[in-house]
Amino acid sequence: MTRYAMAVDLNRCVGCQTCTAACKHANATPPGVQWRRVLDLEFGTYPDVARVFVPTACQHCDDPPCMDVCPTQATKKRPDGIVTIDYDVCIGCAYCVVACPYDARTKVTKPAFAYGTPMQNEAKRFDDARIGVATKCTFCVERIDDGTAKGLTPGVDPDATPACVNSCIAKALTFGDIDDPQSDVSKAVAGNAHFRMHEELRIGPRVYYLYDATREDTPIVEEAM
Amino acid sequence: MTYRGRAALQKVWDARAAANFMGGGAGSGLIVFAVAGDARGFAFDVLLVAGLALIGGGLLSVWHELGRPARALNVFRHAKTSWMSREAIAAALLVPIAFAAIAAVPGAAMLAAFAAAAFAVCQARMLQAARAIPAWREPLSAPLLVVTAFVEGGGLFFALSPWLRVGDERLLVFFGSFVLLRVIVFLVYRRALANVVPQAALVALDRAARVLNASTVVSLVAVAIVAYGLTPEAWTFAAASIAGLAATAGGAYLKYALVLRAAFRQAPALPHLPARGRR
Repeated sequence: MTRYAMAVDLNRCVGCQTCTAACKHANATPPGVQWRRVLDLEFGTYPDVARVFVPTACQHCDDPPCMDVCPTQATKKRPDGIVTIDYDVCIGCAYCVVACPYDARTKVTKPAFAYGTPMQNEAKRFDDARIGVATKCTFCVERIDDGTAKGLTPGVDPDATPACVNSCIAKALTFGDIDDPQSDVSKAVAGNAHFRMHEELRIGPRVYYLYDATREDTPIVEEAM
Repeated sequence: MTYRGRAALQKVWDARAAANFMGGGAGSGLIVFAVAGDARGFAFDVLLVAGLALIGGGLLSVWHELGRPARALNVFRHAKTSWMSREAIAAALLVPIAFAAIAAVPGAAMLAAFAAAAFAVCQARMLQAARAIPAWREPLSAPLLVVTAFVEGGGLFFALSPWLRVGDERLLVFFGSFVLLRVIVFLVYRRALANVVPQAALVALDRAARVLNASTVVSLVAVAIVAYGLTPEAWTFAAASIAGLAATAGGAYLKYALVLRAAFRQAPALPHLPARGRR
């Protein structure tokens, strides 16, 4: 059984936002909408400080709260673990937006373009079906489906791999089939200390964050929430 | 140790969504009280129609928030797990049952009360199922909203009592116990959130607590005045009306605060920090 997952090596990410740009390019998201973001987090007070870049997007959870709350069944989970949205069914109630603990979903209510009037490329790629509905990272599902149909391997062959993973300059992002022990993502997770964000919510996110367990956790005073 | 980023206030559900919780709660509670208060004839009809209008107004308000309002009927498609679907189904069932009750079909009044209560429960669970918002997903948010719905509905029932001549002292005391219960549930709920939500959310909830406390005091004093016969007969309905209005206003502000001011999203959290430059 194939189950796609992503590993994010926090030690490697330099916060360049190339994955964000690649995602925007691949998915033609409008201004202000970033299906893949890199959070720039700062902790502590001088001199005990830390700055961490955290690439984040839809975590394609095993038990996605967005799918449970969706009143229309527009949000579905495929057998390979990818969570999808049927734009033709979604009513744009945004219930999924307030249910996603990763802030991964967006609803755009009217067309928006970088300079007001659409440029040629924006006009060509504008999709009215995405207006007034929830949208989010799809793990570039079209690339995966197209690639696998051609016999390519997601996570190995760029044409079957999410754009953000292809673009990462630091090789911080790894993608593939977590059920295949020989896949890069399985090896990355098996060979490194890792955590999943908000694991206490028990929704089984499929994005694994790798860190260096040998690093002594600096006792940085946590910022007030 | 967990390192947390900053939590942001949700902005995707705005005043229109809050209005749905206000109208839905007050309307469903009003229908429950109309049946529990044994209102008859014209008064019963007015109360039920007012309850339906409040529920309908709330749903109409939230319908305006939909990105694709023309597809609104799709909301019925996922009753298996979605409380929003269940809320819509409860509302759809309530309308014909309430009109049957108005038409004096035997047993319909009691059924209408159950359907209205089911609607209030669905709304409450709907908010609680939104797991990105710690102030909403707290288990006590559901009972708080249900009790608030009954208080708001009871409040409107007594607010209208000078004109409709409905309700009696026993029902007013029963209503007063709900007002008291609401503030107790809120205090326990607020305490449960102390270390869970951002400071700004607690500030918003504390402001709501002050409004709620004031409305509770006004309401309970008015209830006591009526219960102990401290007011002339002619002023009894006026005192009950004040008790009802104060309780309803407190509930409406609580929902405003809960949906729009205390609704901070789950902040990103890292149980470990990376060590850059190691590989």
